[in-house]
Amino acid sequence: MAPSQDAAGGVRPAAVTARGWGWRHAGRAKPAVHALDVDISPGERVLLLGPSGAGKSTLLHALAGVLGDINDDGESGDADESGSLLVDGAPPRERRGRSGLMQQDPETQVVLSRVGDDVAFGAENLAVPRDAIWARVHEALADVGLSHLPLDHPTSALSGGQKQRLALAGILAMRPGLILLDEPTANLDPDGVLEVRDAVARCLDKTGATLVVVEHRVSVWKDLVDRIVVLQPGTASDPAVLLDGPPDRVLSEARDMLTAAGVWVPGYVPATRRRADIRAAGTGNLLLAAEGLGVSRERPRRKGFRKIPPVPVQEGVAAQVRAGRALAVTGPNGAGKSTFALTLAGLLEPVSGKVSATVDLSRGAGIDPYTWKAEQLISRVGTVFQEPEHQFVTGKVLDELLFGPRHLGHGEDRVEELLERLRLTQLVDANPYTLSGGEKRRLSVATVLAASPQVLVLDEPTFGQDANTWAELASFLSELLDAGTAVVSVTHDAEFTAALGGAELRMSAAETVAP
Amino acid sequence: MRQQLTLDGNRALLARANPLSKFAAVVLITAVLALSIDWVSASVALVFELMLFPLAGLTLSLLWQRGWPLILAAAIGGWSTAILAPDRGRILLDAGIWTMSEGSLQLGIGFLLRGFAIALPAVLLMSCTDPTDLADALAQKARLPHRFVLGTLAAMRLVGLMAEEWQTIGMARRARGVGSRGNVVQRVKATLGQSFGLLVQAIRRASRLAVTMEARGFGGGQRTWARESTFSVLDLWVVGGGLLMAGLALGAALATGSWNMVWLGS
Repeated sequence: MAPSQDAAGGVRPAAVTARGWGWRHAGRAKPAVHALDVDISPGERVLLLGPSGAGKSTLLHALAGVLGDINDDGESGDADESGSLLVDGAPPRERRGRSGLMQQDPETQVVLSRVGDDVAFGAENLAVPRDAIWARVHEALADVGLSHLPLDHPTSALSGGQKQRLALAGILAMRPGLILLDEPTANLDPDGVLEVRDAVARCLDKTGATLVVVEHRVSVWKDLVDRIVVLQPGTASDPAVLLDGPPDRVLSEARDMLTAAGVWVPGYVPATRRRADIRAAGTGNLLLAAEGLGVSRERPRRKGFRKIPPVPVQEGVAAQVRAGRALAVTGPNGAGKSTFALTLAGLLEPVSGKVSATVDLSRGAGIDPYTWKAEQLISRVGTVFQEPEHQFVTGKVLDELLFGPRHLGHGEDRVEELLERLRLTQLVDANPYTLSGGEKRRLSVATVLAASPQVLVLDEPTFGQDANTWAELASFLSELLDAGTAVVSVTHDAEFTAALGGAELRMSAAETVAP
Repeated sequence: MRQQLTLDGNRALLARANPLSKFAAVVLITAVLALSIDWVSASVALVFELMLFPLAGLTLSLLWQRGWPLILAAAIGGWSTAILAPDRGRILLDAGIWTMSEGSLQLGIGFLLRGFAIALPAVLLMSCTDPTDLADALAQKARLPHRFVLGTLAAMRLVGLMAEEWQTIGMARRARGVGSRGNVVQRVKATLGQSFGLLVQAIRRASRLAVTMEARGFGGGQRTWARESTFSVLDLWVVGGGLLMAGLALGAALATGSWNMVWLGS
């Protein structure tokens, strides 16, 4: 496996040593990582697993030498470090350029607005001579499979998977001995996940660099790594590393513990509530229909005083939403699935065609959901956005849940039940922004349901969720369906679609940038 | 706004000039025009600016499409000056509280032309200058600290993202029952709430981007530049042209006796 010096492009794999290492974020009572002992030899490929709160991201940030100044909430202050964490025998901060870090959100992995400049950015910061930079840029773009793009291609025109591959190219151009990936594919569709995984595999084979990756979905990385390290949340007595060994051994020894922690172990689909006989559920009455619908997120453009309608991403879409029935909207990225769902939900104005509510749904509010007032909308069609934070409107979990009912003037009695059902009772006084990813998801579903809508629209509800949240969500939605709510979900998740049953609306790709 | 103003793939002559020399020319012209409210210097500058359009790859219809708010603002400014400024000379229009005299009309036209003449160089500069090239020039040629320049450049890319985010948050909040329609008070309240949501997202994105940049070695002392910012003969022409335009505008105003320094009053 040892790559020749030429093919490796001068990459020397890095070693990692942790001895009793611990870290407490500023302003937190509990340490994020406590008493970590681990050795990673040069060229090893390690998958880090563990429940949320085990400090996986903290460790990765520390290895990248970016821990300490600012945490994710933008707060800074005094943090505590104990023990030692070394990359090639020195603290990571003194090893600038020895490691490259990729984070979850593709939008913040791009620094500059042109593809070539973005890849060159890291190499520039390491003071690589100009001619060498461009040679590295071309090589790195070829390695991640983006060499067909011109160097001045705008980075904003790339898909999520392409942005992550671009970030990888930017890392490769620095020639790091240690590649750190923090849930690099959590925000990507299945095609994007494979794109990024395969690009990482190619680059590792070529450079022989050390890899540490954090990811919930084990099956994606299992065959690429040669070691799995399972971390556990920091306590005073227990060591941070729970298990450490070859993937197959760790997965068989810790299978129960990992599934309990919500890790997606290969071959494991969490059990969900079975739907009742679909024909018996609800009335099956038509609530909402789309005919010849053309959709776009763009508003009409102004050319002087004239209005030019936007070019729709999807045209001529027909769909029916019925009480007690599930509708899954599927298709590749960029096909306009979310845009369609938002239009159906009365949040975007149709470019062409129409969305019409039947009398069962509109109850006197008019045919077109887009013209409804906000209060009229939420008690009829509820929409759960992909990013829960976008929908938080108060500073407390309880106020979030009461917000809809208070505006409507009824339905506050349902809040208690929702809190209970979605396991939020302990969190009523917490600030929504401080919750974990799974808790935020459950809260965002609960807040929308508090207004008792007859139609529930969800945009990628299972994206980046652990197996536990996934199972809870699927079971809860199947209950809602049986109780007569219509559920429309935009999703890439075939297992989720199967768990809910119902019809599928498959959208074909609109005009997209070639991968 | 940035994406609207910068023309992608602009291959015009001025797009090849160094952003710093273009910036210097703009400052020269704008400085002269900012000193006086007269219509002679403004119209001389305006004529030259219009002649520069093809060199910057801009056309009148593109200008109208992208810059109509500026044009509208200049027109409104001129109109209100014409009717509200103290009257001098013959009264041309009398509509109760609004009167327009020869003097105030002249001042209004001066104001209108000056608005155009000051706004256009900036529009010209943006239309043929890539922000990345501007940053390169500011850091390499003007020797501004690269941390500051590149930090600003990276942040500007987030601005476009924030515009999309604004729309999404607006929809997400409507889905929670926060109406962005209704009376003025309701709208203001909704906008404030939406702004807070956007601010939270902006801070999160910015801190993540900062981590990305730091992880790519940003913030160290020494750094090289993949793109060399260079001056060429073209840049002499650009600065010379700017100087000439400023000089001609000033000269014409002085020669016709219409030079009217802002702080001296009239």
